[in-house]
Amino acid sequence: MRIELERRPEVSRLFSLLSPVIALALTMIFGGIMFLLLGKNPVTALYSFFIEPLMEVWSLHELAIKAAPLILIGVGLSVCYRSNNWNIGAEGQFIAGAIAGSILPVVFYEWHSPLVLPLMLLLGILGGALFAGIPAFLKAHLNTNEILTSLMLVYVAQLFLDWLVRGPWRNPGGLNFPETRTFDPVSVLPEMIASGRTHWGFGFAILAAVAIWFMMRYTLKGFEITVLGQSERAGRFAGFSSRKMIWFSMLLSGALAGLAGISEVSGAIQQLRPVISPGYGFTAIIVAFLGRLNPLGIVVAGLVLALTYLGGEAAQLSLGVSDKVTRVFQGLLLFFVLSCDTLIRYKIKLVWSNLTGTATEGAH
Amino acid sequence: MGIFEAILLTVITAATPLVLAAVGELVTERSGVLNLGVEGMMIMGAACAFIATQMTGSPYVGILAGIASGALFSLLFGFLTLTLVANQVATGLALTILGLGVSGMIGEAYVGQSGIKLPQIVFPVLSDIPFLGALLFKQDLIFYLSIAVVVGVNWFLFRSRAGLKLRSVGDSHASAHALGINVIRMRYLAVMFGGACAGLAGAQLSLVYTPQWVENMSAGRGWIALALVVFASWRPWRVVAGGYLFGAVSISQLHAQAFGIGIPSQFLSALPYLATIVVLILISHNRRTTLINTPASLGKPFVPDR
Repeated sequence: MRIELERRPEVSRLFSLLSPVIALALTMIFGGIMFLLLGKNPVTALYSFFIEPLMEVWSLHELAIKAAPLILIGVGLSVCYRSNNWNIGAEGQFIAGAIAGSILPVVFYEWHSPLVLPLMLLLGILGGALFAGIPAFLKAHLNTNEILTSLMLVYVAQLFLDWLVRGPWRNPGGLNFPETRTFDPVSVLPEMIASGRTHWGFGFAILAAVAIWFMMRYTLKGFEITVLGQSERAGRFAGFSSRKMIWFSMLLSGALAGLAGISEVSGAIQQLRPVISPGYGFTAIIVAFLGRLNPLGIVVAGLVLALTYLGGEAAQLSLGVSDKVTRVFQGLLLFFVLSCDTLIRYKIKLVWSNLTGTATEGAH
Repeated sequence: MGIFEAILLTVITAATPLVLAAVGELVTERSGVLNLGVEGMMIMGAACAFIATQMTGSPYVGILAGIASGALFSLLFGFLTLTLVANQVATGLALTILGLGVSGMIGEAYVGQSGIKLPQIVFPVLSDIPFLGALLFKQDLIFYLSIAVVVGVNWFLFRSRAGLKLRSVGDSHASAHALGINVIRMRYLAVMFGGACAGLAGAQLSLVYTPQWVENMSAGRGWIALALVVFASWRPWRVVAGGYLFGAVSISQLHAQAFGIGIPSQFLSALPYLATIVVLILISHNRRTTLINTPASLGKPFVPDR
């Protein structure tokens, strides 16, 4: 048996909408098989993984808290990926934003003013953008592959954070634990909805998604991003500069990742620790693709991926399976999303080889 | 054994997985496919090699398991990018994410177990050569394999007919297809070879470098291997030079930490990653030489018209 692709004359609108749904369904089926192999009842396992976290108000708030960084980062990455700039170091930019924004509540902790919080957010945005500026500069001016440099900088950011919280920024009254002093109430991002913990990070995420959706759909900049991403040559004829686009897309995604970082630290954790992210920067890559690089799709995708984090925790408690299951689910999901995207541009045909089939193959 | 020899031995141990993974990826990229999933294939190799060794008691079975798991795992990538023409960059990332997840899950029961170290194979007479004997002829099987793979790949790419075909597929898949070469099959084989090498590199980590299973124990080595291929401008012997250079950097930072030279350990640990960036800058800043060396079809999808 052989698989052949036949290019569709036009991009299929039907499959543009269906492909993420098919991918989710396939992930569920394979996830069920995996639970079966682990000796669990797949139906109850999938129920506790994907449905149970949606049944209570407090866990819906947890969902929003986890979705906020995923959406913020994913929306920024979608601009990068659409313009063919492969920033995969958002995890590092998230950490850089968190560190830069924490300067005020950790170093200048005695300064109490309503200005503290807005300045923290601004510093977080700047920190993330500057950190993403390194691979942007290296790609735009020194022709260096941004995939590798942005990823290497993730390790650098993680080690720098580790040094800060164990060294100069360690809480002097904290019994030698590797963590900073807890943030003063003036530097804590307030809750958004009265019923629970959801902080303003989620609001920023929705705002960013809508703003970037508007930019992509209605502005010249959005057109420029799409054209340069599809064909750099065509973009050059239109007078667009791919070098400026590298700077624009990388700084934008870095700024959003930085905002995600400081929002998470200020809203959810309220101090710095050696590890402040369960891999949001990498999971956001999956979010961007599951949302088909469309900002509004990314909002939905961010909620789905946030559910895999909660589901992993829930399944660990109720079924005793490892929380590593979360990563497996996320990886499977990305695989199926990428395979299903083929359906949008191609018809897939199964060809059953026979003798004549091998004869035509020999002709190639 | 002198201290200098001892340090060189640790450099060799640190460099071997980098050389293996990079030379495998080099063959994949020479065929025009960019597989960013090296880290994922490597960590799968490390986990499967360790588990197979613990189950059978033989590290040689572990080596086979590492190679097989890397090759099988790379088939997933091959199916998506070659048969379904999915985006290679995104699929490579997916392979890494899935590999880190699956290895963490299957390895969880083995955390904290002490493993079996791959024994040395001592060549009689040769190992008595002063200095070089201990370095080159009293090593484990994976070290010898790494050298054999480099020699073999160099011969294959530049001295064999099949190697010429593989390079033509990587430089212009349309012309190669017109000449009757089966582009997709050639790329599948190259992807699987890269996967097997990355799996073997992973086996080295969990059987030689630190004979135990630790989650995420590849610690970015797969990504460094990818950078090494660029550094080596797609030539096997330069991969060896680069791999040993990086091995030396990562070992020297470990020794510096042990001596306590007053620089925070985190800064020293960041050195291999920073060195990777510096090396990439030095190699890539000249656009013209980069363009000449890079396989021209690298990362571009190919759909045969039938």
